[in-house]
This record gives sequence, C-alpha cells and structure tokens, in this order.
Amino acid sequence: MSEPTYKAGKQPHANEYRLIFRNIDREGWDTSIDTYLNEGGYGELKKALGMEPGQVTNEVKASGLRGRGGAGFPTGVKWTFIPPNNTKPVYLICNADESEPGTFKDRYILHQDPHQLLEGLIIACFAVGAHLAYIYIREEFPEAAQIVEKAISEAKAKGFLGKDIQGSGFDLEVYVHRGAGAYICGEETGLIESLEGKRPYPRIKPPYFPAAMGLYMCPTIVNNVETLCHVKHIVKMGGEEYAKLGTPRNTGTRILCVSGDVRKPGYFEVEVGKITMGQLINDMCGGLKEGRKIKAVIPGGSSAKVLRGDEKYTIGKGDDAKELSLLEIPMDFDTLMACGSMAGSGGVIVIDDSRSISWVLNNINNFYAHESCGQCTPCREGSLWMKKISDRIVAGTASPEDVDTLDSVARNIDGRTICAFGEACSWPTESFVAKFRDELTADTKADLSGTLLNPESKLAAAHLKSQQEAQKTEAKPVAV
Amino acid sequence: MSFTVPQELEKEIDERITHYPVSKRSAVLPILHALQHHFGYLSEEAVEWTAAKLELQPIKVLEVVTFYPGFRQEAPGKYHIRVCRTLSCAMAGSYELMEALCEKGEIDRSAVSHHHPIAVGKDGKFSIEFAECLASCGFGPVCMVNDEFHENVTPDKVEDLLSKYE
Ligand SMILES: Cc1cc2nc3c(=O)[nH]c(=O)nc-3n(C[C@H](O)[C@H](O)[C@H](O)COP(=O)(O)O)c2cc1C
Ligand code: SF4
Ligand code: FES
Repeated sequence: MSEPTYKAGKQPHANEYRLIFRNIDREGWDTSIDTYLNEGGYGELKKALGMEPGQVTNEVKASGLRGRGGAGFPTGVKWTFIPPNNTKPVYLICNADESEPGTFKDRYILHQDPHQLLEGLIIACFAVGAHLAYIYIREEFPEAAQIVEKAISEAKAKGFLGKDIQGSGFDLEVYVHRGAGAYICGEETGLIESLEGKRPYPRIKPPYFPAAMGLYMCPTIVNNVETLCHVKHIVKMGGEEYAKLGTPRNTGTRILCVSGDVRKPGYFEVEVGKITMGQLINDMCGGLKEGRKIKAVIPGGSSAKVLRGDEKYTIGKGDDAKELSLLEIPMDFDTLMACGSMAGSGGVIVIDDSRSISWVLNNINNFYAHESCGQCTPCREGSLWMKKISDRIVAGTASPEDVDTLDSVARNIDGRTICAFGEACSWPTESFVAKFRDELTADTKADLSGTLLNPESKLAAAHLKSQQEAQKTEAKPVAV
Repeated sequence: MSFTVPQELEKEIDERITHYPVSKRSAVLPILHALQHHFGYLSEEAVEWTAAKLELQPIKVLEVVTFYPGFRQEAPGKYHIRVCRTLSCAMAGSYELMEALCEKGEIDRSAVSHHHPIAVGKDGKFSIEFAECLASCGFGPVCMVNDEFHENVTPDKVEDLLSKYE
C-alpha cells in the first residue's frame, strides 16, 4: 500500500491521524470496489469471518471504542445487550442521518468511501448475528444514497454480501433507507419508527432499548457511520493495539468538525484526547479572524452546553485536580463532560466576540422548535416558548424577567421527556443563561417594563413570582 | 390532471418493496420519495395510491406526509432551492444568501409560514425554502438546488449559481 497523496488544498494537517478519513480527498481515489480492493479492501472482513462472532465482539470491547453518534456509549458493550436467550431475528441499522448542527463527517465517508462503511457494517452484523441491515441515510444526501446502493450491488457481485459470504455460511442483505428531512430520525428509536414506515416518534426507554426491542420489536443494534468504520480497523489492528491510540477510556481516533468563526473551518481526524481545543482552533483551523477573541465554543454539536472563552474549568478530584483554560481542554469524552459539556458528535462551533449571544441562542432555539416531534408536552411547548422568548430578546421587545422565564422553561423540559431531544433542546438555553445572563439581560429593555411589557412576559413573570413565594412558604418550618 | 403512475415507476416501486421482507409498511417513505420525485409533490391521489399499494388506511400515509419536512403537498418550482438556516451557515451569511436568491430568482417569501414553508417564484422556475443543517457546516452558506449540493455560496455567487439552471 502506497502512502496516499491528497488533493491540492485538502492535505491533512500534521496533527491529524488519518484512519477513517485515510481515503477522503485522496488523489486518484474513487468509490468503486476495484479501487477499494486494490488497497486490501475487504481483507478485514475475511479475517473476521475466520473468527468466532463472540471473538469479534471481544476485540471491539477490548478496543474501548465509544459510539461516535453523540452519546459516546461503548460499542462492544452495546452489542452484548442483545438478550442471551434471544430467539428472534437480530437487525443492524447504520445511523447515517447526520443532522446534529455543527456535524459534517459521515457525509464524506458516504460520498467518498462507501466500501469502508460496508466492510465495517458487515463485520458488525457478523459479530451480532444480524442477517438483515439497513443504512438510514438522511434525505438531503441523495447522491450518497445512490453511491452506497451502487457499492452494495458491487459488494454483492463479489460475494461480500448475500448468501454464504466468502464461503463462511454467513448470510446478509443490506438496504439503503432514506429519511425525509426530520432531525428526530437521528434519535435511534425515532429512526426505527421511521424505518417501520411511521412518523418518527421516539419510543420510551425502558422498555424499548433497541438491543432488546428494536426494529419490528426484535433486537436491533444502531450504530453511527463513523463507529462502524472503526470496527474494520479494530479487526485489523486487534482491540488492544487499537486501544493504544488516543487516551485511556477515550481510545482511537475521531473526526472533529470545526465551523463558525475560525479562519479555516474543516474536518480533522485526531487521536481522541491528544489534541487540545487550542491546538484545534489555533493550529489546525488557523485561529480566529484578525483582532477577534473567542467568546464561546459549542464543543459537540449544537445540543452540547456552551463553554465560555474566558472561563476556568476544574477537572479531576483531590490531588489530581487541575484548572484549565478553554484552550487547554483536551478534546476527549471525559474531559469535556468534566467541563460541564460533552464531546457529542464532534461538531465544534466557534463563536467570536463580534457575535450577539442572544442572536446565537435564538438561531439554536429556532432549530429545536422546528424539530421537536411533538409527543411530549414539555418539549413541544417548551421548545416553542424558548424560541418565542429568544425571538423577543433579539427583537428588543423582551423584558428582563424574560431571561428567568427562558431559564425556567428550559429547566422544566430536561428529564421530563420520552427521548434525549428534551436535553438536546434545553441544554443550550440553560447553559447560555447560566454563562451569558448579563448579555441576555442587557438585550432586554428594562425601560419598557410596565408600559410596553409583552402580555406573555407579564403573565409569566407573575407566575414565576408566585412560584417563588410558594417555595418560600413551603420551606418554612411548621409552627406548633 | 389525472393521476397515473407510469409502468416503469411502478416496477421500481415494487422492487423497493422487496427491500422490506418483514413489513411492507416500511416502504411508505421510499414510495413517497419515488412519487414525489416523479410528480414534484404528493397529491391526495398519491397518498391514496400508496395506501392501496401497501394495504394501509390512507391516514397512515397522510400522517407521514404531513410530518416530514422532506415531503410536500404543493407543487414546487422547476428548480427547488433549499438554503441552510442553521447556526454555522447563518453565521456565514445564509440569511443574506436567502435574500439574494429571492431577489435574483424573483421569489416573494412574504406569504411563507410554518405550514407553507415553500415560496414559488415568478413563472414557477424557482421555488425556495429554508432547511435545517445540511451537514456541511464548515463550508457555509450552503444550499441545495433539486438534488445538487452547493457550498460556500456567498451572495455574490448567486447570479452564477442561478444561471446554471435554465
Ligand atoms: C435528538 C437526537 C438526534 C440524534 N441524531 C443522531 C444523528 O444524526 N446521527 C447519529 O449517528 N446519532 C444520532 N443520535 C444518537 C442516536 O440516538 C444513537 O445514540 C446513535 O446513533 C448510536 O450510535 P453510536 O453508538 O455508534 O454512537 C441522536 C440522538 C438524539 C437524542
Ligand atoms: S422529547 Fe421532544 S422530540 Fe423527544 S419524543 Fe418528546 S416531544 Fe418528541
Ligand atoms: S449549519 Fe448549515 S450545514 Fe450545518
């Protein structure tokens, strides 16, 4: 295998470690199976088919791979959640709905390296015993759907799919299923409903954990595109070797997507935790525009809580405790969580000091109000209220009480809904209010109160006040 | 206009249904995609045809059509434009892009609402709507024209872009 060369202007940065994106923007590379086979493609599938399925799962467990779709759940562990006494068919679904704002990575795998995804997917199906798999591709990737379908028929023609794959006795059919423009189809149980031909209303967990009761009420493994690609490399390297990449508990590589106020936005594959936020923004993305400072960073897709540019973050406990500035944060799952946010889907959105925080929050709130599926009252109504209130702040017709109302609406959503969209839509507001209360309040018009005060704000403020009073009385010891 | 599904299209649809050996109801989305692609939008007849094909009550199909932003019940223009509205693109100027497209494409968005997100321009050549994050956030503003995807479409490139579509 020769060292790949890349198209002009698309060369990987020196800090990158290209495993999954090895063939992205590569000179002379195309999506045909011959190109893929020329570089030893499907070799790992042959290797896996010579192993016991359980052995493959054990390698994935040993690798420490965590899901790249958003939640960061250990992939090998997820695979073992299929009930041991299961007699029903098992299905596997590849989540190619890529729709978390700020995330743009699966797009390139689907468009430029579909066989890598198929190879990882077939190995995963073999490990979990699935004979039918679907790749759920968002509707806005029409070309990707065609490319992947072509790859499937090529793989079938070469005996990597279909009956008795490579003489192993293992059968597998894979089909592409296209979404229709709804963000909630990325949520795994919503995705399953959508694949059943229905509205994508998420199912409540428990009991509907897909690994136990998924597609057609059968055990179903849902994994992200990037996650499935890693499986191929784990089989190649062995779980333990793979685990040496990255940092402990945060193994392997992952693709970070940077957008917003940096000079050179883009996608970068790095060893997890080996790169700090500062290296990512300043070295890899060319820093900020002339004279600008970082106001805020949303580190893991728009649902991740916002981090302030000038904040100090304490990580670790006791003697190990360290204080980090934003730019010193290593980009791994655990550290970002310790900083009060999450690594999520790898979408890093940088916001500089020329931006209005109210405007940014309002844009995000518009997204969630549009995308709530509407099943749960707190989410359906709350996401709309957060939008309306932030609309008012941006329009300059809000009152200072509105900031509290905004916060209160958000805090009444998370933890009270069927799916994690509840958290996804309320965390931005909660964190923006917590970290930028002054700016949000400054954008309201104190001098309007009493005269032009919006009737909605007036009612809400009165309600909040009575709630606070009620809480005070409740807390009083009862006099005897 | 009478509603007839050409034989070729029906053959393609029948083949799609075989991708769902466990439940043909799963084929609702692919059938709707095929019909929308052919007719431009999903009429009442399209909904009924799909329901009959899959032996479902029409409401089971209609509820799908009305939920997903990707399905439309009204005819779009010959070229349907989707502009990403979400944060990274908005920061890169997607609202300005929308304005420029409407101006150069002669589209009036003043009647757009939540239930009618699409505006059709003069003589039906272009139609436009905002879409949410199209997963190319580093290269905003981005838009799609029918099935074609365009990155870094700053307002000054609008004229060039539209002139590609005759
Ligand atoms: C509102 C919402 C949207 C989501 N969108 C996506 C998505 O677009 N792509 C994705 O892979 N996972 C998405 N997820 C996560 C999936 O539910 C699921 O956890 C993931 O596909 C599992 O794959 P992994 O273990 O490989 O990460 C979303 C979750 C929620 C709650
Ligand atoms: S939390 Fe929101 S998106 Fe999730 S099921 Fe409830 S209403 Fe739907
Ligand atoms: S924000 Fe426009 S593509 Fe993601």
